[in-house]
Amino acid sequence: MKIKKGDWVRVYRVIFTPDQRAPQVPDDTKKVPLEMWVKGFCQSDAQIGDEVEILTITGRKEHGKVVELEPTYKHSFGNYVPEITQIGITLKEILFGGDDNER
Amino acid sequence: MKDNSYSAVMGRKNDIMKKAIGIDYAVFEDDGIGFDYERMMRETGYSLEEMQEIQGRTGVGNTPLLELRNITELARKMAAPGKGARIFIKDEASNPSGSFKARRAANAVYHAKKLGYKGVIAATSGNYGSAVASQAAMQGLKCIIVQETFDSKGVGQPEIVEKARRCEAYGAEVIQLTVGPELFYEFLLLLEETGYFNASLYTPFGIAGVETLGYELSMQCRERYGKDPDVVVCTNAGGGNLTGTARGLIKAGAVETKIVGASVDLSGLHMASDTQFNKKSFTTGHTGFGVPFATVPDRSDVPRSAARPMRYMDRYVTVTQGEVFYMTEALAQLEGLEKGPAGNTALVAAFSIAQEMDEDQIIVVQETEYTGAGKHIQPQLSFARDNGIEIMFGNPKAQVPGENIILPSHPSLIKAVDLDLDKLKRSLIKNAISSRAEKKLGDKDLMYLITETKTDKAYVLSVLKELGIDL
Repeated sequence: MKIKKGDWVRVYRVIFTPDQRAPQVPDDTKKVPLEMWVKGFCQSDAQIGDEVEILTITGRKEHGKVVELEPTYKHSFGNYVPEITQIGITLKEILFGGDDNER
Repeated sequence: MKDNSYSAVMGRKNDIMKKAIGIDYAVFEDDGIGFDYERMMRETGYSLEEMQEIQGRTGVGNTPLLELRNITELARKMAAPGKGARIFIKDEASNPSGSFKARRAANAVYHAKKLGYKGVIAATSGNYGSAVASQAAMQGLKCIIVQETFDSKGVGQPEIVEKARRCEAYGAEVIQLTVGPELFYEFLLLLEETGYFNASLYTPFGIAGVETLGYELSMQCRERYGKDPDVVVCTNAGGGNLTGTARGLIKAGAVETKIVGASVDLSGLHMASDTQFNKKSFTTGHTGFGVPFATVPDRSDVPRSAARPMRYMDRYVTVTQGEVFYMTEALAQLEGLEKGPAGNTALVAAFSIAQEMDEDQIIVVQETEYTGAGKHIQPQLSFARDNGIEIMFGNPKAQVPGENIILPSHPSLIKAVDLDLDKLKRSLIKNAISSRAEKKLGDKDLMYLITETKTDKAYVLSVLKELGIDL
């Protein structure tokens, strides 16, 4: 994918390799690097995967491997969870459902 | 070139912090183990009237107090005759950024601007980030939020990803990191690089900002019911919510009101673990923050935290993830209030504690938080299921955090479980002593420990004796 200077991108950078991690980090976390992602305007033409410099929204210079052009949000309301539907039914039955359900 | 290794940056911590907060904490330190908390709050905070003015200018505060009539009725069905206090909720989601954190951020950002800082930085994955970003937008400062967002596979909690979106919507720069305490390192580097203000959650201005909440609660109850609330329940993580609310109640003269802390029980999960990061379904309001911050309050990102919950807490309970999700749905289905789950931790506790109280008593849940894509029980439960967490109906007390979420099969199974406050107080005393080299304590130290633990001389002396400390 062709990225042009000035495009809004997301870059990725490793802050610490596993051997550089803080001493108090638990064992499983120590096996993996500390990684960072930040967005900004690309300061050169590039391809996905290239090392670039960006200017963030606050005007800071950052650098890293460009991983996304025009990044957007993908979080959602997730998949249907059938249990949730049952909660309202149960509660309304207990509260308004008649004498049988009262203690 | 500057040495930016982990140890070098941590070594510059005190210097960076001093420049980034504008408080010289050393002036409040005593010779012994303590420091003058009230003097720190007085000299670096704001008066209640000033805070109301600051917050009012940006539409923060004066949130409605809503009576939960159907949830109260449900609690009464589970309770003994004559029992079941009236349950109220303070709708803090109606603050500009969607949570009570706007109160903290309003003060912090106002203070930053007053001192001439060009921007603010906060290290937070939660509602505080959007609160700081929102306030920075209103007050014309730049804003950077540093988040712990992803595990090593690049998978992020939907709740945190939503918070990033919200911060960016207010014009903030969001730096997202994988799991680990080195977030603090990155935070320090950014403070050093930008010269921005550290809008820490734990400064006197931030904590004082919550005092207006406690004050409003008392005033609203007095105006409508002619008395103060009998019990106020606060969701507890870093302790600022509880501390600020309790101080506000005291400033209103509501000294009889009992303060209860409530946290989601996530015992057994390590908060800095890469593999366990996405096994939890709550990113705040849980015991992973609540217990350590209660017993070592100064573990935060400032030398002396203004959040000191043990000074104010009368009772501390835990509830389960399944119970909180269940009550969040109950709030929507029975009261027509769709809110984010994390703030409802206290609601679960209130539903249970109300059943111990008389019908004419008042129990208040002091916050709600906004909801939306990612930050809602549907995506959070869906995400849990995708991560191998079993979701089922049953007895929530049989839960194993990180393995399952048990929604109560009947609301009568919802029960707040008391944490041993005595044990926490002992732990606090032990930690306070271990932080200093002196083995001999003076009268001032004794007084400090009494206030820190909300106990008396006899109590602290007996604990010290057990620890082999002489006066």
